[in-house]
Amino acid sequence: MTTPDTVTYRLRRYDPASGQPPAWEDITIPVTPGMTVLDGLKVIKETASPTLAWRSSCRMGVCGSCGMFINGRPQLACNTQIKELGTPVVTVAPLPNFRIIRDLVPDLRPMFDAHAALMPHIIRDDMTEVFEPTGEFLQTPEELEHFLQFTYCIKCGCCMSACPTMATDPAYSGPMPLAQAHRYNADSRDGGFGSRRRVLATEKGPWKCHYAGECSQVCPKGVDPARAIQLMKRQLVFDYLKLFKHPCPSKVAPKPTEIKRREGVPEAPAPTL
Amino acid sequence: MRDQRLWTWHLAAGAIILVLLGLHMIIMHLDVLVGIFNPGSPHPTDWVNVVARAKAGFFTFSYIVLLGAALFHGLYGFRNILFELGPGAELKKALNVVLTLGGLGLFAFGTWAAWAAGALARTL
Repeated sequence: MTTPDTVTYRLRRYDPASGQPPAWEDITIPVTPGMTVLDGLKVIKETASPTLAWRSSCRMGVCGSCGMFINGRPQLACNTQIKELGTPVVTVAPLPNFRIIRDLVPDLRPMFDAHAALMPHIIRDDMTEVFEPTGEFLQTPEELEHFLQFTYCIKCGCCMSACPTMATDPAYSGPMPLAQAHRYNADSRDGGFGSRRRVLATEKGPWKCHYAGECSQVCPKGVDPARAIQLMKRQLVFDYLKLFKHPCPSKVAPKPTEIKRREGVPEAPAPTL
Repeated sequence: MRDQRLWTWHLAAGAIILVLLGLHMIIMHLDVLVGIFNPGSPHPTDWVNVVARAKAGFFTFSYIVLLGAALFHGLYGFRNILFELGPGAELKKALNVVLTLGGLGLFAFGTWAAWAAGALARTL
């Protein structure tokens, strides 16, 4: 693969204040080894186009802010090296399936609204134990495996923009909220399946998923939302057929009383909240 | 809750189609290997075999069940495709009514046809 010294960014520009429709702008910049698409955007902002807008934060693929449509594929700009793309032109557009706020900034509120509606948190009868814990909830490594991979989701929205159902059906919750609902449904410490079912059993639920699998293909963290959605469908079908055994949330392990602190190990600082 | 119910029945209808369509394939297309339900001659499409199957209550029942399952499975899938085109709430309601009435009408007509074929065969 030849390594070009320059690369042309083809940027999707949009300024709602201008009243003009979105348009493409080509800007050529020098490339150095290891330079990411996000680095290139910063160079463009500093040298060629100071009004260019995008969203980013951590620069290390953790925060999920810089999801963009790079060369026709939803990816994290900070996690994509220009030279690995291997093309003389890098096309950068905002994530599809979202309204554009400006330039490369998508409006992710519908995704987070759907996420919040599915109650992505531990729900138990004994909520006082959650807020004022007297011990730890018991969970085996096998129980952890049921949901562990889904906890790696960083809510970047790449799966939502790759989903063909999201492109046409505004009622569909989408891969990220559904995978996160399954993450908690599959958690042995959680007892909120009944609460989430009120949303999942409607048209907002997993029923419209065609299992195209694109959400799992594009996930920058290797999460498999398509799998979560299929597991959720099975769980809901079994629930309808009264074959699903609702697990009791795991019990609280009492704090050990007979253990002594090793010498030299300091006390934990007092809680700040 | 309705979508959970409809999806479950969609799967159940698919399973029924798999069994009954499998039976159809075995009778009509694997006759050389299996050769079941052909009492009059070795060929499943011979008149005598067609009449014999039409006389059997099991086949009348299986035709009606297969018709119901295929109609529900197909129309529910068609409804999903139409709904993904983003119709408004009123249009969704109208589509539900049209597809339900259309499905029930086709089911009634097909049931009558299967029943009438059986009754006619029993007179032969």
